[in-house]
Amino acid sequence: MSEKSREFWKWPEYRHTKPDVNWREAKIITAGVDIGSVGSKAAIMLDGVLYAYSVMRTGGVSEETAIKVTSWALERTGLKTENLHHVVGTGYGRVNVPFANRTITEIACHARGAHYIYGPTVRTVLDIGGQDCKAIRCDEVGKVASFLMNDKCAAGTGRGLEVFADLIGVPIEELGKVSLNLAEEPPPVSNTCVIFAKAESLALLRQGWLKEKVAAAYHLAMVDRIIDLLTRVGIEKDFVITGGVAKNIGIVSRIERNLGIKPLEARLDPILAGAIGAALFAKALYEKQIGLR
Amino acid sequence: MITAGVDVGAKYVKTVLLENGKNVLTRANGIVEFDVWKSATEVFEKALLGVGLKRAQIAQVVATGMGRKIIHNKPPINAAEIVPEVIADAKGTHHLIPTVKTVIDVGAEEGRGVKVSENGGVRDFVINERCAAGAGTFIETMARALEVAVEDMGPLALKSTKAIPMNAQCCVFAESEVVTLIHSKVQKEDIAKAIHDAMASRIASMVLRVGVERDVVLIGGVARNPGFLPPLRKELNTEIVVPEYPEYVGALGAALLALEMEEQQ
Repeated sequence: MSEKSREFWKWPEYRHTKPDVNWREAKIITAGVDIGSVGSKAAIMLDGVLYAYSVMRTGGVSEETAIKVTSWALERTGLKTENLHHVVGTGYGRVNVPFANRTITEIACHARGAHYIYGPTVRTVLDIGGQDCKAIRCDEVGKVASFLMNDKCAAGTGRGLEVFADLIGVPIEELGKVSLNLAEEPPPVSNTCVIFAKAESLALLRQGWLKEKVAAAYHLAMVDRIIDLLTRVGIEKDFVITGGVAKNIGIVSRIERNLGIKPLEARLDPILAGAIGAALFAKALYEKQIGLR
Repeated sequence: MITAGVDVGAKYVKTVLLENGKNVLTRANGIVEFDVWKSATEVFEKALLGVGLKRAQIAQVVATGMGRKIIHNKPPINAAEIVPEVIADAKGTHHLIPTVKTVIDVGAEEGRGVKVSENGGVRDFVINERCAAGAGTFIETMARALEVAVEDMGPLALKSTKAIPMNAQCCVFAESEVVTLIHSKVQKEDIAKAIHDAMASRIASMVLRVGVERDVVLIGGVARNPGFLPPLRKELNTEIVVPEYPEYVGALGAALLALEMEEQQ
């Protein structure tokens, strides 16, 4: 059997529709489609309020994923792609959204989306995605003031966690919890590079360290890397974490502890920030187009 | 007088037994297993056995490489002294090629650039020990993605004349990029060349931080890879010399330093 016969990195896909809402009553229906390197998200908004969404793994062909994720979000709502007044594509694969009226960078969309999810007090957004990590400073309307991004190195991104999940054989959605399941924190693994950190983790497992302890050491090294990026952009409260890795409690709780700042709690799935931001931009663009703005 | 140098690298242990600082009596190597001390000891004893010598007949042993501390003052090797790789590299290369000014050492997990002084000392150096993309591991990881034996990677790359850019600078991301290239039906040899080109460009930008002055010598295990030399020459725009046993240069340098120590005493 190949080492990839069980794929522990494969997180579950999902969708949701807000119940008891009639989209026919909405004046402006927009969509934001965020094609990330690992996950793709579609958010459907009625007059700027989230109505339906879907989250799925990005496939080999971004165009197909874009169509799939959007039709999945629309499923059972009675809405069709044609009913959407305006669509904005964002994310790593944003140029591959065939029905998008426009594309906007994920930096702008994440800031805007975080503003929607967490409210106007947000000043620092940390977005940890599948293949990059961004620290974004924004103002009271969700406009980007400055940002720093690591998109060159897998360390400190979701991809690093996927590699690790496969190594220790723990499903990625349980990894964070597993890493917290021990009395005392070990020292972090000493390598930053995912390839080297993986080799180091393997050596620790062979030395007899428990999975939980190695997971904690790996998470700690990742957190060091992420905090380094955050510190360079400068943190101002309120602070929030978005992106797929925001779901990993092992990362989030350690960022909170090591930074000494508690991130705001999300009232919506933080993986949607980019797609929501894109759908809100779509609304603004459409209003401009029809002369409302 | 016989001295020995042991280079305990990330992937291989290399040892050289040297007579009077001139004749290499033997060379031996072996993979570094989980127990590094054991791997080093086995390689060292293999070298002794090959020429029918005993440890007592070796006047002095100097160790270098990532795992050098493991054999420092520890029997049976009992390395009396440990030196950083860059010092051993400069010494060994200068012995083989006295006109050397710049040494580029690309090992399994580290890349180094060393500016060498007239007498074989270190004037300046730069090391990448943090990122797998700047070391032999990069080509090894890509070989796995390409399903090609690592020793076939260089020869495969030499078959291609195309220049396909690789965007990823990280081993992990490059792996995905290689898979994407395979899916888009790019020929294996073209992908292999792209991999070597990318690696050469990274090593070149590292070495340029200390400056490149001729003669330039490439050592370390990756110097054995014929696909790496052409793009590195191109990137640095200079001739590059590869000595006969490039992976043993560090161990040779350590053996030379062992002799110097003995002579001083």
